[in-house]
Amino acid sequence: MSNAIAISPSVDVEPTAVSEAPPQERVIRARPGWISVDWDELWQFRELLYFLVWRDVKVRYKQTALGVAWAVLVPVFSMVIFTVIFGNFAHMKNDMPNGVNYSVWNFAALLPWTFFATALSLGGQSLVSQQQLLTKIYFPRLFVPTAVAGGALVDMAISYGVMAIIMAWYRVVPTWGVLTLLPLMVPLCLASLGIAYMFSALTVTYRDFRFVLQFLVQAWMFVSPVIYPASFVPPRFQWIASFNPMYGIIDGFRSALLGRYQPWHPLNLSISIASSIALFVFGLFYFRKTERRFADIA
Amino acid sequence: MSKPIISVEELGKSYRLGLETHQRKTFRDAVAASVTYPWRRLREMSEHGTEEDTFWALRDVSFEVKRGEVIGIIGRNGAGKSTLLKILSSITEPTEGCARLRGRVASLLEVGTGFHPELSGRENIYLNGSILGMKKAEIAKNFDAIVAFAEVEKFLDTPVKRYSSGMYVRLAFAVAAHLEPEILIVDEVLAVGDAQFQKKCLGKMQQVAAGEGRTVLFVSHNMPAVRSLCQTGLVLEHGKIALRGNAEECVNRYLTAGMEDDLQATVNFTRPKNVSPWMTSATLLTDGVPSPVLPMGGKLSIEVNFESEAPIRHPRFGLVITTADGDKLLNLNNRFQPSPEFERPVHKGTIRCDLGMVPLVARRYFVSLYMGDQVHDSHVAEGALSFEVTEHDIWGQGKVPPPADSHIWWPTRFSFHSGDQVATALGADMSDLAI
Repeated sequence: MSNAIAISPSVDVEPTAVSEAPPQERVIRARPGWISVDWDELWQFRELLYFLVWRDVKVRYKQTALGVAWAVLVPVFSMVIFTVIFGNFAHMKNDMPNGVNYSVWNFAALLPWTFFATALSLGGQSLVSQQQLLTKIYFPRLFVPTAVAGGALVDMAISYGVMAIIMAWYRVVPTWGVLTLLPLMVPLCLASLGIAYMFSALTVTYRDFRFVLQFLVQAWMFVSPVIYPASFVPPRFQWIASFNPMYGIIDGFRSALLGRYQPWHPLNLSISIASSIALFVFGLFYFRKTERRFADIA
Repeated sequence: MSKPIISVEELGKSYRLGLETHQRKTFRDAVAASVTYPWRRLREMSEHGTEEDTFWALRDVSFEVKRGEVIGIIGRNGAGKSTLLKILSSITEPTEGCARLRGRVASLLEVGTGFHPELSGRENIYLNGSILGMKKAEIAKNFDAIVAFAEVEKFLDTPVKRYSSGMYVRLAFAVAAHLEPEILIVDEVLAVGDAQFQKKCLGKMQQVAAGEGRTVLFVSHNMPAVRSLCQTGLVLEHGKIALRGNAEECVNRYLTAGMEDDLQATVNFTRPKNVSPWMTSATLLTDGVPSPVLPMGGKLSIEVNFESEAPIRHPRFGLVITTADGDKLLNLNNRFQPSPEFERPVHKGTIRCDLGMVPLVARRYFVSLYMGDQVHDSHVAEGALSFEVTEHDIWGQGKVPPPADSHIWWPTRFSFHSGDQVATALGADMSDLAI
């Protein structure tokens, strides 16, 4: 009992903002159909999102000998492998726009692609791997896949640094077009979040998607211009290809980074941006629709 | 102020059971079924279930909780307690009815939700705190109090996976104990941790409830805790409210009622293959009458009826009484107490074991039965019977004794001699020695 007394002073200081707040009433009842997004609540819990991202990043490289170096090594290794296999063996090198090194050109695509692929594979699994959270505590569930994307964003920031080094190494001089990377991040994030929301919700309900996700990531990479140039698609079909958000976005990333070597394709990019927004909105609302059942089936 | 802080109206929650459909008769059926299986699964997994596979975990539950009330929610496993808490915590949606909560809610359905084993104690305090709904500033303000309460100062920067389970639980509870909600929902979380820590947690909860005027919904199987902590109670039975009243009434209802459902005085056996002798039935008797409920201090007997293919002499009957945790308390058999009646070979008969007064504390116990001849046990029935010892005024003090954390009590007699007399006597001895 003496312990309880010892801590009581700190407790006495506690009468907090809670009592000052107007008595809000929360009504809990079955809500049929589609459910809108509670932005107020998301804002109230914003610190939790920060903590979840921070946990993801912090935990990822715990007990690894190389630590954060992996964030650099993983994309560099993929670039090396792609360069060797597709650049050399598949002679992609010969299809490069004038004077562009395949490694630089490939890495420009890997920047957005790695982010998207992480959101798809890890984000898709995120709810299932956090089921003990879903069944034991309430918080905005949207944060679970969002936090994965947040973690991927941190990795991407590191990759930007790697990109700068690679460009310097191959003496690729960036133009002012680099600044367009920032607005390009918006559709990239929307598409990645949308896909993460959709597949995380699907995976909770239908665990089959755990297996589907594995090859979906691979298949998606091959329909996106990661290892080949966007111009491989015949011009009259490019608008169709652009419904894949990554088609226009990856092409845009290359234009932004490689400036004078790679022209912009405004129509393709616009279609991809539109489809990113559509994917985000659909993913978000599908997630909200299924969210109420998560705790029962997780 | 007059409005209740929680009002629950006709709340219900149904789950669909994954019923396996009928057995396949032929290979063709089985093949056809396996082809259509994914579609049927899809239908089942999406929301279009049929009425017959629904199970109501909770139904027609209506009650109100006043501001500052501490209410104990009790009931047996599967009575719907956890479902109710999950609905009130917004973890899951009700199927019907509604609940109105007029204040900030925090729920603690599990100790250490969201703890990450790789992160240090310090990091987990922040992570867990924010998952529980605390602001970063609140956590920072309470940080020292949390650490002091958990007594983990030295291990703050150690990953919690290296913590002992006691430390882990202490830290987790400490974080949750410093939540500052208006409504606190607590599930059976005190079941973990050692007795001393449980006491400390209860003290803290008492302080939260009484000192700070918060509303607490407390689920527990620990009746003394409910008694000491709660003013009112709610007994759930099979998803419905059986009683809403003061805590004492509710605890009594929980301890006495509903036992007939799952406790039976008599159990019947079917003969296991090629086993002889075998038991046909066994009965628990308290104070001579068949009953599975034994008040503390009551006399217990166990009776078995047996049959044997070949006439048998000296049938052997043994029994083991265990706790719910499987601790063996008593292992008895009639091998060393031969009786003249056992001499004559018989085909069937009854053996009765009178245990007399068993000094067991109020709890549930299980009885395993063994039947055989002098050489080996032929028929073994593990946990075949179970009985509940209920609290009783064994000391005649007009109140039931507080539950002990031991398995047995003992009809002791303490005698008393005044220490003063002993001292003078001793003094006299000393003076004698001095001379």
